[in-house]
Amino acid sequence: MEAFGLLVHGFAVLLTWKTLLLMMVGLVLGIFVGVLPGLGGPNGVAILLPLTFTMDPTSAIVMLSCIYWGALFGGAITSILFNIPGEAWSVATTFDGYPMAQQGRAAEALTAAFTSSFIGSLVAVLLITFLAPMISSFALKFGPPEFFAVYLLTFCSFVGLGREAKHKTVISMSLGLLLAGIGMDTVSGQLRMTFGSAELLRGINFLVAVIGLFGISEILLTMEERLALRGHAASISLRVVLSVWKDLPKYWVTLLRSSFIGCWLGITPGGAIAASFMGYNLAKRFAKDPQSFGKGRIEGVFAPETAAHASGTSALLPMLALGIPGSGTAAILLGGLMVWGLNPGPLLFVEHKDFVWGLIASMYLGNVVGLVLVLTTVPIFASILRVPFAAVAPMIVVSCAIGAYAIQNAMFDIWLMLGFGVVGYVFKKIGIPLAPFTLALVLGNRAEDAFRLSMIGAGGDLRVFWSNGLVGSITTLAILLLFWPIIDGLIRRVGLARGGASTSR
Amino acid sequence: MRIPVKAVGAVAALLMSAPALAGWEPTKPVEIVVAAGAGGASDQMARMMQAAIQKNNLMKQPMVVSLKGGASGAEALMYMKSSEGDPNKVLIAYSLIYMLPLSAKIPFNWRELTPVSVIALDQFVLWDNAAGPKSVKEFIEAAKAAGSPFKMGGTGSKREDHVLTVFLEQKTGAKFSYLPYKSGGEAATQLVGNHTESNVNNPSENLEVWRAGQVRALCVFDKERISYTTKVTETQSWHDIPTCKEEGLDIQYLMLRAMFLPGKVTAEQQAFYTDLFQKVTQTAEYRDYMEKQALKPIFLTGKDMVQFLEEDDALNKSLMTEAGFVAK
Repeated sequence: MEAFGLLVHGFAVLLTWKTLLLMMVGLVLGIFVGVLPGLGGPNGVAILLPLTFTMDPTSAIVMLSCIYWGALFGGAITSILFNIPGEAWSVATTFDGYPMAQQGRAAEALTAAFTSSFIGSLVAVLLITFLAPMISSFALKFGPPEFFAVYLLTFCSFVGLGREAKHKTVISMSLGLLLAGIGMDTVSGQLRMTFGSAELLRGINFLVAVIGLFGISEILLTMEERLALRGHAASISLRVVLSVWKDLPKYWVTLLRSSFIGCWLGITPGGAIAASFMGYNLAKRFAKDPQSFGKGRIEGVFAPETAAHASGTSALLPMLALGIPGSGTAAILLGGLMVWGLNPGPLLFVEHKDFVWGLIASMYLGNVVGLVLVLTTVPIFASILRVPFAAVAPMIVVSCAIGAYAIQNAMFDIWLMLGFGVVGYVFKKIGIPLAPFTLALVLGNRAEDAFRLSMIGAGGDLRVFWSNGLVGSITTLAILLLFWPIIDGLIRRVGLARGGASTSR
Repeated sequence: MRIPVKAVGAVAALLMSAPALAGWEPTKPVEIVVAAGAGGASDQMARMMQAAIQKNNLMKQPMVVSLKGGASGAEALMYMKSSEGDPNKVLIAYSLIYMLPLSAKIPFNWRELTPVSVIALDQFVLWDNAAGPKSVKEFIEAAKAAGSPFKMGGTGSKREDHVLTVFLEQKTGAKFSYLPYKSGGEAATQLVGNHTESNVNNPSENLEVWRAGQVRALCVFDKERISYTTKVTETQSWHDIPTCKEEGLDIQYLMLRAMFLPGKVTAEQQAFYTDLFQKVTQTAEYRDYMEKQALKPIFLTGKDMVQFLEEDDALNKSLMTEAGFVAK
């Protein structure tokens, strides 16, 4: 129980009034940053990073990581209330969270989101506490073929388990992959599809697309429907919170499954976004009535939020232990660590015990304090819904535009965001799902690079994807999921045939 | 590569002329533009300077780091090019200013920017896994004997790491398959995880895995050993790494780390930043950083810098042409 002793030591480092105060400040700033679409965790942490230069490393990281937790909590608020995901991993939360808000169950959805966030983080922190040394060696097993297999799994689970018509999912995903190809190609070092434009050099930023596709298109749709914000004012009361909590044990399988997916993908660098989608899809797959998903089912909020937070938290582990950031925010925190003279790597856990265990202890404390804080402030955020749409809409558009601009300080991105708004509107009208599009846009490049690096390494031999147990089982699972509807149908037919045979007798 | 040693003269001249030119000062936050991703060597250097400037009160306005690593850094170059006349943006540049226009036909020429100062030279080291061959000779023999080519990890395609790999092939006759990763950090972990056999990372990129005893430094691509003699790992200092030439592999390459302003800024504005970065090089933060990351100290401005850039440009161009990386 060495870990336990070290953790207690970590709490001792942490429990001073100064650190606790910094923690509160960090959380409030984080929630604020998370609520503004596009500003999100990475930008918020980047903006506030210089504030911490004069602090000692432990106070600084506690404050910054609390901004991170705050942003994670805050991201769920706009997803549910306005259908605008603040962060990439909040996209899946909108699928059921927003319909719930429309049905006047906003408070319930928010409570569910915060609670499951808390559970997800808690599981991940427990994992970090007790398995840190083992996990960092697991992450080292991932070379290009393993990375590609994970991306393939994500894509396939979308096609195979998605609720929408398969061909529409594939169309949407292909368009996303096409747009992901714009810009510099890492493997050949050549430019693709930029048509000589300097603006297109850096490619299509994922967040700009998301803000347009979800936020702006939602405003357009609402405008069409006579300027009424669909959804009712929600006042959160202790009763709602308790009733959601009372139902929690019913969903333990979903919560556990999502936590597991989140932790697994979180420690695989770059997997945090895939986690929330996969958590959602699997919850739907294993539900008795998959049709009710996407229409405001509370499980549809639990599943992605738990997975997102478990992965967001466990993403810090490869950052600390290997120096590979698992998410955008982790990348900024990595920059911070270096400023304070701490080099992330295998030796960090040995040489800077105070710092590492102080940080881990702050994850526990930050999450508990964060949960209380968001639950008590929900009425404030939920009351936004009571403001007339005519007043809120311009504010949302402006905040979307600021968010899109702030990501890369580029005016071009605002036009791009508006363009994506129209695309999102048209897609919603003709029933093409947006999620596969955004997924392909964010993972397309990485999947392509991983595939091509595998091919270079293996001399073009596709058998590399079955070259060891790890990559082989992920690839096989991916292909099974892709053809799941057919396999599922076959199983049923066999079952029916048998059943039929027995009744006819 | 030849490094002019007129730095001392330039610094002295600058110190004398500084008070006369101290007329202009930034009036809004200064953006330090990084042509690479978060956590990379350029980003770390930018954050060090941000901290050094803030802690020592070298400038009234705050400095913000702006990451423009899109399109392998081309984003930052085009951003600087389009910011003509804006004295509140400084680029922290490296060899991409010569290589990207050649390999990807980016419409960019460093002569369109205003050179401020060269602040450091970065080394390249040949690394292999700690469980791999123990010397350059054994490494080359193993690479030649291997059934499939050895995998060499690196950052980006048709850039410094890739060029070094091509020269390694030409000098030794061994074959490598080059795997372009997105960052040096990724190349480092992939080497530790045995997904590649070697890489040619900068010291800073492999520092932590070297200290943890997971990789071995085979040789440094410079004509002399790194000067820092403090122990970094249990047994070795940077100085203990032999040069590649000592090991019978005659390849040398150093990479500049230099500051540029956009084009068409005034002489006063240029002088302000020359002075600022010169002060930065005198801070404790900068000295610690140089030693920790095993960077070669250098400070060039004005004519010396331009001469250095011209020579360096010519050298990089000939290397790129020889390696066959110049786009038609």
